[in-house]
Amino acid sequence: MQANSSAPIVRFENVTKSFGELTVLRQLDFDVAPAEKVTIVGPSGSGKTTILRVLMTLEKPNDGVIWVNGEPLWHQKSGDKLVPASEKHLRKVRGSIGMVFQHFNLFPHMTALRNVTEAPIHVLKMPKGDAEQRAVELLQKVGLSDKLGHYPSQLSGGQKQRVAIARALAMRPKVMLFDEVTSALDPELVGEVLNVIRELAEEGEMAMLLVTHEMGFAREVSDRVVFFDKGRVVEQGPPEQIFGSPQNERTKAFFNAVLRH
Amino acid sequence: MSEQFFDWEYVISFMPKLLEGLVVTIEVTIVAFILAAILGLLMALGRRSSNPWIAQPIGALVEFIRSTPLLVQLFIFFYVLPRYGLRMPAFIVGTIALGLHYGTYTSEIYRAGIDAIDRGQWEAARALNFSPVRTWVGIVLPQAIPPMIPALGNYLVAMFKESAQLSAITVVELTLTARTIGTQSFRFLEPFTMAGVLYFLISYPSSLVVQRLEKRYAGK
Amino acid sequence: MPNEDHLLVKIRNYAFLVIGLLAIGIAIGVELTVNPPETAPFDLLPILLRGLAVTIELTLLGAALALVVAIVAGVARSSGHIIVRTITGFYVEVFRGTSILVQLFWIFFVLPLPPFNLSLTPLQAGVLALGLNVGAYGAEVVRGAIGAIPSGQIEASIALNMSPGLMMRRVIIPQAMVRILPPFGNLLIELLKATSLVSLITLSDVTFQGLALRQSVGRTTEVFLLILVIYFLLAYPLTLGVRWLERQRQWAT
Ligand SMILES: Nc1ncnc2c1ncn2[C@@H]1O[C@H](COP(=O)(O)OP(=O)(O)OP(=O)(O)O)[C@@H](O)[C@H]1O
Ligand SMILES: [Mg+2]
Repeated sequence: MQANSSAPIVRFENVTKSFGELTVLRQLDFDVAPAEKVTIVGPSGSGKTTILRVLMTLEKPNDGVIWVNGEPLWHQKSGDKLVPASEKHLRKVRGSIGMVFQHFNLFPHMTALRNVTEAPIHVLKMPKGDAEQRAVELLQKVGLSDKLGHYPSQLSGGQKQRVAIARALAMRPKVMLFDEVTSALDPELVGEVLNVIRELAEEGEMAMLLVTHEMGFAREVSDRVVFFDKGRVVEQGPPEQIFGSPQNERTKAFFNAVLRH
Repeated sequence: MSEQFFDWEYVISFMPKLLEGLVVTIEVTIVAFILAAILGLLMALGRRSSNPWIAQPIGALVEFIRSTPLLVQLFIFFYVLPRYGLRMPAFIVGTIALGLHYGTYTSEIYRAGIDAIDRGQWEAARALNFSPVRTWVGIVLPQAIPPMIPALGNYLVAMFKESAQLSAITVVELTLTARTIGTQSFRFLEPFTMAGVLYFLISYPSSLVVQRLEKRYAGK
Repeated sequence: MPNEDHLLVKIRNYAFLVIGLLAIGIAIGVELTVNPPETAPFDLLPILLRGLAVTIELTLLGAALALVVAIVAGVARSSGHIIVRTITGFYVEVFRGTSILVQLFWIFFVLPLPPFNLSLTPLQAGVLALGLNVGAYGAEVVRGAIGAIPSGQIEASIALNMSPGLMMRRVIIPQAMVRILPPFGNLLIELLKATSLVSLITLSDVTFQGLALRQSVGRTTEVFLLILVIYFLLAYPLTLGVRWLERQRQWAT
């Protein structure tokens, strides 16, 4: 796979994150290669969401450096040293990352179409016509070409999540983060969202970092599965290996508990 | 007279009178609130009546009273009613007008609270063959009223402050007492400030209590 | 047809208000026949309407001040800066915790005397008291609306790389607005009604003109009922506007 040869698109170097007394990420080292599809699994409260949130700049790490596309995310270079990033620097680096949330977080006062065009027009300064044309294409791709004028309150959970995926794609991120994007959905709506993500994974050029409890899906789309517990990577490797013959006791125990359901 | 910014000796000299005014304010507020609570319930029930000849005029009256100033209503009760033989002390007239005015506000609270009762409760009462009175008194109101308490409490605090308007029809409550003291000595700073402090000392803690009640009922 | 039903209900809702207004008209008529004045019945209106100009002026100026104060104090109360938050909190609680009439008297009677020596016209005092009082209530509305925006909205804006200004303009304010407008409409109605208090500091608004007329020509019933109708005609359209606004929140549920 090309993933191993080229420089990583995302690199966590010694990253620590605590909330008060509670240390959630412990000196984490972790890379994602360009176009690589990585699934993070692990028990509840192990810090999976926190990894995505510090990468999306929603939480600030206490220590360590995160590199995105060769640039420090929370820092900027000043001579030889790294100093805390300015808002301007954050915005520049953040541009290569997109995120889809568990609870959609669509803008309720905008139609599906405007949810998708809003940031391209006002952040990327794309001409309105171009942004709309692209938004229509993206909404078509997620199977919602008939819902352009609908407000989020008029959409089902699965439809909302697909709009949210189109909205994130419209920013052309190099890395896309998915945090349990199907766990707030009714069971019969999970499939339609997973199908969209599967297609994105097959297209291939975008790196994807997924947190999910859908083990079958993880096995199918991932290049690599990372088992994460207590703020550290416990075990990682190709899905066949991690799911098929895990080495670590904690990994085994976790899969036993999860797969028994 | 001293040149002090704030003359505490003067304050001490008029404080007993001001506190008497405060007592009147509290009395007016309590009586008017009881009135508002009862009138509001009657208005809310009247507006829900299935007979449009009851519901609509009551609705119109409520809208009308809510949309016009309490002060003018006070003047009407004070100046107009006596011309038709209804002579009452200003204290009583003012209390009734205040209670009626805020009754239109509390009626909205009752209305919302009653609307919030689940349909199933009405249907269960119907299924058990309860009389309408029994349904209201035994089923609906006991469920509807507790969640309304914070909102009613808010109006109690509002009425306490707005009762100051009764000073305009010669009711010697807190504000009029402060004004009289000020006029007599031509020093307004101390009496009005102290009146404000007294209003604040009662209404601020009360509104904190109401907030706590709100949290309690919201948390349910 | 359900639509026709709707229309009938609507007409009936307002019919009784119209009938009520007519009843007041009749009451005035009866009063006039029982105690006929020397002059024509509606000779009072021009004088009351002179007061109307003052009432409207006060309402508009007071509302403008209240709006500015509410937004500034509301945003300040949501601020992370503890000193800013404490000072605005003090202002808001003092003005909400005391009577507006005492505030008006304080501004009108206390400020002109030493040590302040700040002489205000009754109009200035009225605008200041109304604006500061209603502004304090408005600040709480603004604070509540900003606080009610779910954190997911802010996170989504960051994930889409919006600048803080853009997020404020296009995500937070439009959503807060929907929550703010109906309570602001209600506050405007309260402000309009509270303008009547300035009659107690000699400002010749509608209520003041009425009190003056009562003293000069008598005809108490007629004067006060006319005043009520004037206030009602000013306030009720606002009430209807607020209800319309509340129905517009189609996406807000
Ligand atoms: N803002 C916060 N403040 C305090 N503690 C937090 C905060 N966010 C997360 N935590 C705590 O950090 C730990 C890790 O949280 P995180 O959301 O990353 O877990 P997770 O692996 O995503 O769990 P789940 O599978 O339940 O989503 C949890 O114990 C959580 O309670
Ligand atoms: Mg999580």
